[in-house]
Amino acid sequence: MTQTKSTNNQPNASTESGFNFAYLDEQTKRSLRRAILKAVAIPGHQIPFSSREMPMSYGWGTGGIQVTASVIGKPDTLKVIDQGADDTTNAVNIRRFFAKVCGINTTEKTSEATLIQTRHRIPETPLKEGQTIVYQVPMPEPLFVIEPSRTEAAKMHALEEYGSMYVKLYEDITNFGHIATAYDYPVMVNERYLMKPSPIPRFDNPKMNNNPALQLFGAGREKRIYAVPPYTKVKSLDFQDYPFNIEKWDNKACKFCGSTDSYLDEVVTDNQGTRMWICSDTDYCHHQQKSGIDS
Amino acid sequence: MKSLLNVTKLTKTYGNIKACNNITFELYPGQVLGIVGESGSGKSTLLNSIGNNLLIDSGEVIYVNQKNQVLNIKQIPESQHRKLTKTEWGFVRQNPRDGLRMNVTAGANIAERLLDVGVRHYGNIRQEAAYWLEQVEIDTNRMDDFPHTFSGGMQQRLQLARVLVTKPRLIFMDEPTGGLDVSVQARLLDLLRSLVRNLNLSVILVTHDLGVVRLLAHRLLVMKNGSIVESGLTDRVLDDPQHFYTQQLVSATLVP
Ligand SMILES: Nc1ncnc2c1ncn2[C@@H]1O[C@H](COP(=O)(O)OP(=O)(O)OP(=O)(O)O)[C@@H](O)[C@H]1O
Ligand SMILES: [Mg+2]
Ligand SMILES: [Zn+2]
Repeated sequence: MTQTKSTNNQPNASTESGFNFAYLDEQTKRSLRRAILKAVAIPGHQIPFSSREMPMSYGWGTGGIQVTASVIGKPDTLKVIDQGADDTTNAVNIRRFFAKVCGINTTEKTSEATLIQTRHRIPETPLKEGQTIVYQVPMPEPLFVIEPSRTEAAKMHALEEYGSMYVKLYEDITNFGHIATAYDYPVMVNERYLMKPSPIPRFDNPKMNNNPALQLFGAGREKRIYAVPPYTKVKSLDFQDYPFNIEKWDNKACKFCGSTDSYLDEVVTDNQGTRMWICSDTDYCHHQQKSGIDS
Repeated sequence: MKSLLNVTKLTKTYGNIKACNNITFELYPGQVLGIVGESGSGKSTLLNSIGNNLLIDSGEVIYVNQKNQVLNIKQIPESQHRKLTKTEWGFVRQNPRDGLRMNVTAGANIAERLLDVGVRHYGNIRQEAAYWLEQVEIDTNRMDDFPHTFSGGMQQRLQLARVLVTKPRLIFMDEPTGGLDVSVQARLLDLLRSLVRNLNLSVILVTHDLGVVRLLAHRLLVMKNGSIVESGLTDRVLDDPQHFYTQQLVSATLVP
């Protein structure tokens, strides 16, 4: 999303004919942008929107795709990742889709992207001012685990009644000796709204805090949009005597780049069960390998 | 002494049923008020009209809170009302399923009220939970068990512990001993009696069991068809009932 973006993009030569720019019609995009503006104005608060049919099913991240479609402009450079990788089927398809219906540039480099759509990870390379990251959200309501009624959950948000959310953490510590939630770890945004960060590993939670980029969250099936504006406080829930902490890989380094501070995936390499650890963020890993050679 | 709760001319209808008709009473600190009457006489409706944010047709409910502020309960914002029910007030239900979370441990049930008021220290919460389990005579090694593994009497005592942990001043009880064996009832009643005394609790106790009010209640309201037909000191009402309905009620029961 860049400052100079025009809201009335005419399809150009490089765009697939028969489609409006970014697939959605202008009216739909405007209504999505209104929801996004509200979401930015109330950090962490879920805003309902009328989700459109997209040419792919819900599991593919239609919420994130609609958000991306409504904020993308011609000058944008788009990066799409799935579990940290740019080359998975999901990521490739979404990237192709936007290249086709927008005629925009795409990239695999985090530093070159103005817009990043993601499923399950935040890039290791720190985001910058002016960048926007769009998360695909399967299930937006953090209170659902304890309060299945949407009306009651809305009331709890309105009255900032989040005590019962800590019951889950209490039970975790009681049963496992530590907070066991590994993905989609709930956070407080701007000291006001409880928010689910989508199923990113809790390793990524600290990256949301005070991030210079705009963070947008789209849930297609549940028809909700929410946002964390740049430089907003995002705090993971914890107890004073059981502070939040992130996963650590003791004495493990990425097999390819040697990184010890990125999120590592465990990969089984043969039938004997030989294992290795590699960066989940492929762009970061390439960059680390290159700078390793350069230096 | 100043009253804790003042209910004035409270009326609540369901269609053309007057579930509560022009109810007036007051409750003092440390007092246990029993409400008796036959099924359908409006006891639960009265309790929920005061303690549960049920919309009423007319009347006033005034409560003096811990900070000595006079609150008009039917006019304060919902947020403030909900806060009251989680801190200074507590509810003990006839059916423990309505008063407990059955899918989390006993300890978590007690912890929740502390978490609601912002306590964020796991160790302290555990300590408090253990203390209140002891107070209601539940072995602390049952703390990490689920409530459904508890007996009926234990579940009621767990409800009490859950409520007491925030040191409430006013407790609403709707048939707390209903559905329990007589011997289990007796143990719960003894416990309630000593807790009420030691913690200086005010209680509104709904029951159709005159034996229960005889043991616990200082004062009594007798309800019939939504109205109070008689009120007074418990012993006076039970030993010398004035209203025909109360006389019937007392003679129908073997008062201990
Ligand atoms: N939600 C409701 N909708 C319609 N009528 C109701 C409702 N709740 C209660 N009533 C009616 O109001 C009257 C009082 O009911 P309430 O439950 O207060 O009686 P109760 O004294 O608590 O009876 P019990 O001893 O059986 O619990 C009854 O006639 C009942 O049918
Ligand atoms: Mg009742
Ligand atoms: Zn690597």
